[in-house]
Amino acid sequence: MGPNRPQADVIQLTLPSQAEYLGVARLTVSGVANRMGFSYEEIEDIKLAVGEACTNVVRHAYKETENPGSIHIQCHVYEDRLVIEVGDHGVGFSNELIAEQLTPIYAGKSLEDLDEGGLGLYLIHTLMDEVEIRSESGVVVSMTKYVRQDGVAGNDWTISEAEI
Amino acid sequence: MDLLIQTTSLETEHRVVLGGDIDAFTAPKVKETLMSLVTKPDINRITVDLEAVEYMDSTGIGIFIGIMKECIQRNRTFEVHKLSPRVERLFRITGLYDHIAIRKGESE
Repeated sequence: MGPNRPQADVIQLTLPSQAEYLGVARLTVSGVANRMGFSYEEIEDIKLAVGEACTNVVRHAYKETENPGSIHIQCHVYEDRLVIEVGDHGVGFSNELIAEQLTPIYAGKSLEDLDEGGLGLYLIHTLMDEVEIRSESGVVVSMTKYVRQDGVAGNDWTISEAEI
Repeated sequence: MDLLIQTTSLETEHRVVLGGDIDAFTAPKVKETLMSLVTKPDINRITVDLEAVEYMDSTGIGIFIGIMKECIQRNRTFEVHKLSPRVERLFRITGLYDHIAIRKGESE
């Protein structure tokens, strides 16, 4: 990539919406993040966020369809950030599911009150810098991780925006 | 995406070593193994070693919550020791760290 190049390089991957392919999704984004120079910890966080988004597709997206369906993953590689979109063409998220998944396990709760259900969206929000959930022909979870430079907080991206 | 499960049965305790990737694909195997141990008679303690776990997501958290509940119901002790750094991070950001009995360091 040349300096100040506004266009993203795009890497796309379509996988069957089956748990056995989750590892392939993680390996792919890990490879992309690695070549962008993210740290080991950041790469592991990105893998986890993408793993959660893909697991949601496998678990929820195609429940009501006979066809197993697909997971669509797009990695947009910018100079200063990686934007990963995980999408499906399934039934969409219910508000209940989103609310449930946005809650961590609070320390104050007793064990009996803990829910075995999803923490997926909560984790994605915690691990990534920006998250957007869109309803299109299914659900798209768009998550952004900024490349940290010289110890400067990565979400300070106004300078590179201005240069474009 | 390899999963490692080793179980050792002592007189009143089961020890389980987990390693590799715990995700929605490998989770059923992990859950089945742990549940089969928890429901065995004559056992009062289950310990799980997570040092070799390279990847774990919320699916794994769900399994541990389920097992811990089962252990409480059956009056059994559930302990985790030797977390890998990634598992410790996951336990901390989800809040499970404050709920789970963790023994660090020693294996005996």
